[in-house]
Amino acid sequence: MDFDLTEDQRLLTDSVARLLADQYGFEQRKSLLKAPLGWSERLWSQYAELGLLGLPIPEEYGGFGGGPVDVMLLMQAFGRHLVLEPYLASIVLGGTALRLAGSAAQRDELLPALADGTLKLAFAHGERQSRYDLPDVLTTARQDGGGWRLDGAKSVVLHGDCADRLVVSARTAGSRDEAAGISLFLVDAEASGLARRGYALRDGTRAAELSLTGVPAELLGERDAALPVIERVIEAGIAATAAETIGAMEAMQAMTLDYLKTRQQFGRPIGDNQALQHRSAEMMIALEQGRSMAMLAAMSVDAPDAEERARSIAMARVGVGQAGRFVSQNAVQLHGGIGMTDEYAVGHFFRRVMVIEHLFGDTAHHLDRLADQVE
Amino acid sequence: MDLRFTPEEVAFREEVRAFIRANLPADIRERMRLGHKPTKQDTITWQRILNARGWAAFSWPTEWGGPGWTAIQRMIFLEENLQAPAPELLSFNITMLGPVLVEFGTETQKRHFLPRAANLDDWWCQGFSEPGAGSDLASLRTAAVRDGDHYVVNGQKIWTSTAHNADWCFCLVRTDPKAAKRQEGISFLLIDLRTPGIEVRPIISIDGSHHLNEVFFTDVRVPAENLVGEENKGWSVAKYLLGNERTGIARLGTSKAAVRRAKEVAREVRTRGRPLIEDRAFRTRVAQLEVDMKALEITQLRVVSAFAKSGGKTPDPLSSVLKVKGTELLQASSELVMDVGGPLAMPAWQQELAALANEPAPIPDWAPAMAPAYLMLRAASIYGGTNEIQKNILNKAVLGL
Ligand SMILES: Cc1cc2nc3c(=O)[nH]c(=O)nc-3n(C[C@H](O)[C@H](O)[C@H](O)COP(=O)(O)OP(=O)(O)OC[C@H]3O[C@@H](n4cnc5c(N)ncnc54)[C@H](O)[C@@H]3O)c2cc1C
Repeated sequence: MDFDLTEDQRLLTDSVARLLADQYGFEQRKSLLKAPLGWSERLWSQYAELGLLGLPIPEEYGGFGGGPVDVMLLMQAFGRHLVLEPYLASIVLGGTALRLAGSAAQRDELLPALADGTLKLAFAHGERQSRYDLPDVLTTARQDGGGWRLDGAKSVVLHGDCADRLVVSARTAGSRDEAAGISLFLVDAEASGLARRGYALRDGTRAAELSLTGVPAELLGERDAALPVIERVIEAGIAATAAETIGAMEAMQAMTLDYLKTRQQFGRPIGDNQALQHRSAEMMIALEQGRSMAMLAAMSVDAPDAEERARSIAMARVGVGQAGRFVSQNAVQLHGGIGMTDEYAVGHFFRRVMVIEHLFGDTAHHLDRLADQVE
Repeated sequence: MDLRFTPEEVAFREEVRAFIRANLPADIRERMRLGHKPTKQDTITWQRILNARGWAAFSWPTEWGGPGWTAIQRMIFLEENLQAPAPELLSFNITMLGPVLVEFGTETQKRHFLPRAANLDDWWCQGFSEPGAGSDLASLRTAAVRDGDHYVVNGQKIWTSTAHNADWCFCLVRTDPKAAKRQEGISFLLIDLRTPGIEVRPIISIDGSHHLNEVFFTDVRVPAENLVGEENKGWSVAKYLLGNERTGIARLGTSKAAVRRAKEVAREVRTRGRPLIEDRAFRTRVAQLEVDMKALEITQLRVVSAFAKSGGKTPDPLSSVLKVKGTELLQASSELVMDVGGPLAMPAWQQELAALANEPAPIPDWAPAMAPAYLMLRAASIYGGTNEIQKNILNKAVLGL
């Protein structure tokens, strides 16, 4: 057992913390939210220079060759500042798909571009009807000459509006809900027949609806057998957002603590009330329990045994989801009216945690999967 | 003891339900059904329809336009209106200002303001809270200084819901800064928001909507005849008002409508390959809410009955039970609705309802309002006295700890 960070990991967290403290103040972030893109290309380049984009990408492809713990530390820092750039979509989701499914040629072509920031990917798997069911894919792929053409629609594709290429799942065989028969494809964002409608999620991060009509596509990975890859991409997403949620919870906990000490009512700080001291302690307990589960997620994401991995990730998802909900709801509550305003940061953290919870299967979904396995 | 409604009460519920069914305009009905907030015009339209029927001033004495209902009838009426779901009566006019004027107002104030408030000819807002005076309301500082037959008001209010829609504001102001007890130097003043020196600034809330405001007063001259009750006795007026505010505070009808909505949508969406409505954990969650709602329904009846028996004067401290449990259920039911929606509840759809020409199907109509309702209801345990303060009240007034 070892919970210590390596020297490299300490350097990483320090440099990221410095960068974000300098560049990601609440007001700076607000102006990014208002910009048409919804995030900063300048910062994206800085992340590339610092090696953050290449963090989980193997060194042979120009990456940093880091592991899940490095990603955890980075995502936690991103969560503390509510970073808006498409790291989760492009590096974590897109990058994992490419690493696991890409042919040698595809990896050679795309991973270095991903690491240096010139290529942005998005992972287009969910559909309007699919909710959290991974095998619920209706989009279809048909062979056309040497290549493929896709027809269908994808929904709530994270940063799907700004991606240069999209990793799209489609049926090459079988029907709705069938595990077999799903394949992954690479689609150029400029491809004919692809329409994208970008919008903001409730936390201000960007996503898109996609409509595909005979879109030319390149197969990524093995035909008909993409579901296990998709599952691993979602697991990577869960591990990364678990860490991000912890970062957001830390920020909310700190803000609330500060508020309890400074806000005066009835002639004394509201934190003098034991009711609020206990609530604050409960928030801390939830945060620490959540933190342990985010660590479990990071440690499990690369575990070789699929069943054990899935189980740990589902557990982490439940633990972090519940902790996140508790901490964010109480952070708003203890701020009173000010917590309800868009002007104040706590509500932004609240919404990020809320959005994360509804992305890769919610608490109920993963708890139900775990319940299946109770012996 | 009998938990059943009398045949008359059952008939009354039917009458209210039938009236709402027949008279709630279709467009308003649809917006409300989908969980959206009523627009300003929706609220005005519906309140005027109810007023024409003689129901808007539902809790006022008959001489001031009330329908003369029993406490149970009033509760049934509110609940039917909420779970229709129809827009709520503007509480500032009906449950706050109206009863206050009936109890403390001058004859002139009653004659002028009450009919206009019932018909929503004037939209009222509540200017109590200030940046430094939230839970500790008695520490408010907005000052009113007597100058001939006017008061000159200076200061700032915050969290003033719907002030941007409002014509008038009832305010708590400090008229005696030297009073021995802070509560003794406060007065209750009616302020026309068109008076020079008033500035209303929007506050955007976490659901993205404009509901809240800051209101700034700079040398605002308010006719002294707009004082309600005696000078420096405004705290008793406010206490009376807040006591009244709690009668309908559980808003059980809204929670019931939300649970109903969650079940409807759960038939349309799936979890792990089958309809969500068939999922055991989902059903357990609904069942738990239904148990809690049932308990609260009976508790509410008990509080309402006791309130009626006391002559309708002293609000039962148990009304704090209604506020705490009622808002917990409002929050839990809106949370359930959002969770049913899943990923489709997360986009800020409203701003871009027009779909792509080639999008396969429009966004489901249930999706856009789910997250905003959940977000805005986080405030339910904050406004009207936070739930922590309600528990303090229960401790002091009932438990004596
Ligand atoms: C959506 C919304 C609408 C509103 N509409 C209106 C309106 O129309 N008019 C109006 O006048 N006001 C309105 N309010 C204001 C509302 O009444 C206040 O927000 C509320 O009284 C709490 O005050 P505060 O926000 O200053 O929080 P604070 O009083 O600062 O409280 C902060 C936290 O400390 C806790 N706390 C404070 N004192 C104690 C204690 N002694 N023991 C334990 N815990 C304590 C509170 O429970 C809360 O969790 C509205 C508020 C909201 C959010």
